[in-house]
Amino acid sequence: MTEKKTNRRDFLFTATYAVGAVGAGAVIWPMIDQMNPDASVKALASTEVDVSSVDPGKTITVLWRGKPVFIRRRTQEEIAEAKSVDIEELKHPEKDEDRAKNPEWLVMLGVCTHLGCVPLDQKGDYNGWFCPCHGSHYDISGRIRKGPAPTNMEIPEYKFVDANTIKIG
Amino acid sequence: MKKFYRVLFLLILFVGFQFSSKAAEKVEYLKTDWSFKGPFGKFDRAALQRGYQVYQEVCSSCHSMKYLSYRNLVEKGGPEFSLEQAKAIAASFEVKDGPNADGEMFMRPARLSDKFVMPYENEKAAQAANGGAYPPDMTVLVKARGGGVDYIYSLLQGYEDPPVGVSLDDGVYYNKYMYGNKIKMSNQLSDGLVEYSDGTNASVEQMAKDVSTFLMWTAEPHLETRHRMGFKAIVYLIILTVLVYFSMKRIWSRVKTEV
Amino acid sequence: MSEHEYVPKSKAGKWFNDRLPLLTLANHLTDYPTPKNLNYWWTFGGILTFCLITQIVTGLVLAMHYIAHADMAFGSVEHIMRDVNYGWLIRYIHANGASMFFLAVYIHIFRSLFYGSYKSPREIIWIIGIIIYLLMMAAAFLGYVLPWGQMSFWGATVITNLFSAIPLIGEGIVTWLWGGYSVDNPTLTRFFTLHYLIPFLILGLVVLHIWALHIPGNNNPIGIDIKKPSKDTVPFHPYIVIKDGFALLMFMIVFAFFVFYTPNILGHADNYIEANPLVTPAHIVPEWYLLPFYAILRSVPDKLLGVIAMLSAILILAALPWLDTSKIRSAVFRPLYKQFYWILVADVLILGYVGAMPAEGLYLLIARIATAYYFLHFLVVLPILGFKERTTPVPLSITEPILGGSPNLATVKNKDSFKG
Repeated sequence: MTEKKTNRRDFLFTATYAVGAVGAGAVIWPMIDQMNPDASVKALASTEVDVSSVDPGKTITVLWRGKPVFIRRRTQEEIAEAKSVDIEELKHPEKDEDRAKNPEWLVMLGVCTHLGCVPLDQKGDYNGWFCPCHGSHYDISGRIRKGPAPTNMEIPEYKFVDANTIKIG
Repeated sequence: MKKFYRVLFLLILFVGFQFSSKAAEKVEYLKTDWSFKGPFGKFDRAALQRGYQVYQEVCSSCHSMKYLSYRNLVEKGGPEFSLEQAKAIAASFEVKDGPNADGEMFMRPARLSDKFVMPYENEKAAQAANGGAYPPDMTVLVKARGGGVDYIYSLLQGYEDPPVGVSLDDGVYYNKYMYGNKIKMSNQLSDGLVEYSDGTNASVEQMAKDVSTFLMWTAEPHLETRHRMGFKAIVYLIILTVLVYFSMKRIWSRVKTEV
Repeated sequence: MSEHEYVPKSKAGKWFNDRLPLLTLANHLTDYPTPKNLNYWWTFGGILTFCLITQIVTGLVLAMHYIAHADMAFGSVEHIMRDVNYGWLIRYIHANGASMFFLAVYIHIFRSLFYGSYKSPREIIWIIGIIIYLLMMAAAFLGYVLPWGQMSFWGATVITNLFSAIPLIGEGIVTWLWGGYSVDNPTLTRFFTLHYLIPFLILGLVVLHIWALHIPGNNNPIGIDIKKPSKDTVPFHPYIVIKDGFALLMFMIVFAFFVFYTPNILGHADNYIEANPLVTPAHIVPEWYLLPFYAILRSVPDKLLGVIAMLSAILILAALPWLDTSKIRSAVFRPLYKQFYWILVADVLILGYVGAMPAEGLYLLIARIATAYYFLHFLVVLPILGFKERTTPVPLSITEPILGGSPNLATVKNKDSFKG
């Protein structure tokens, strides 16, 4: 075989392999993407909650995207306590104002940021939440104070549709 | 090669048999030009929106659409109503939700994520209200009938007086495209029955075509994606086949030198 | 296999291979000497492997979204078709994939019949193949029930009722199969379980099928034994790999056409109506690939005998290596057998056709004649033909067809890939 012939053959084989690889990739993607949230799951992204019957000092738990959301109507003492904390001391520094736009209402994802358990209400060293799985303590603003969890409990996107209705998501 | 042709011939014969057998049992349906037929077919958006209107104003009082959600009305490849329009459509229906904190079910306006509200609570209620006949769910109706979209289109226009000698019971109507010609749905369409917002003249033929288009979409919501993807896939396969063919020729040429 | 000839070059490779000879196996597969005159009918083995893998992969995906419950199955299929990302694509591939699988397996079987691949020493390969075919039919039937449409439901009812033909215990068996007094939720859940299991049984049998093949090696269009390796053979890789790949791509183009442009043409419209135990569809027709056997079943006026005839039609194939008494494998050198072979092909196609037609009048008569001929072919024609037929001269090797003069040899030589 001549040199030239070899080159041409190499090009042909390379092109064939390359085109084949592109196709294989294109086929694999649907098989992966089918496991992502489907259209009906994505459509259920928001939930409206009536909070008119929640008394101060009480927490209700609602389901949103399959996870619990804590909605706590905080007392004046609790708000004061949450605001008095020195941000510098915190593992994950966040002001209470940034976490609760309306300080009376704390709306947060009730999922421990350690490994996903649901923390218990009004437990732990900081009168906030306590995760029974691995002992993470959260304060009344849902901020991590002690234990293995790396960050504060997450605040979902939400807004007050009217005085008594919160729309989450 | 002779053998190959013989096999090919037999295959064609077989396929021909199949089609002729299908053709033998069906009547000739009314013809119209569907924009969604063919490898590049797409839905006519305006027809889908009008078709939705016909479904909503005429069909939906008896026929459910239980696998469709209001959000589908916005999706690409469908009627593509705007988000506001679809939200308004959804909000005009009431759905049962609950239980609320008191453990009671309550009614609320529908949202985009809700399925189409059904005209009857269940199949039994639908039968009771329609003289024992169940108005079939319309979501996949086009795929559930041998004649497909042409059948629906024809049926809607196929009402006529029964021929001499055919007697009909009360609540039974004569339709020349219905299997057995007897149908429990009365003629639903008449000229000018709905008022199209885009000014299209609402003739029976036009409404039948629009609502058939709409039903085709509800049965195959991904038809446009399928057509587009199919074209790409087949072009790709042909390119790769050609490349592999020449690679194969090249590789097998080594054998010739050896032999 | 030649375990002792191959030694991996790298030290790590050798270390691994001494403990688990996977590299030896890979080397065996790539170097496997294959007759170089295999024509395109031989590419369907590879195509079938592709079909099996496609069905398993798409099936796994569907099982992630499907709900095996009588109240929810139909809705969950619609959910897959509408909401799941690429769900429509995956389901259409799976549904049409079943048809493509059977198309390929029928070509594979009829190739074997034409070239006598079932004959000694390849009987075990053939019998494993028949078992695979039976399991495929079972898997296809069970899978067809899962969407829980009208055809699913009534197909399941009719096929399970076949067992009621068994004297005395038949009714008990049917109730046991159903897990109730009709096809219902318990039936659906067990059918789903079995539908999931069978492909893996098939996969195991495919491994045995190939293993058994690699002992004597491939048959070939002229049906003679060849020396391996020799100048009559080429290594499997790259020669056969690329040729199988080319044929596979052609096959995939047809496959893609069905999936993207006529995805429902091979199915039945009634299966888009949710199962209703109160109403039977106007005619119940199985999928096209089961039609010939359905015709045989209906052509016998007795319930039990009909079932026996249908089962025998498949099981008789297992006895084929002994029913065919001819010493010559390939039909190329058997002028009479070749005629009967094509009559059989036509006979099976006719059975398929009448299977789709109502069982009455002329159709029934044709079905009976075709059924009778089907059994005649295997039980009478083949055994006698082996003794009576005058075969044409067979060449001694692929590369040197020294016995010239036979008109068939020209054909054989043209099939000798890409030499002309």
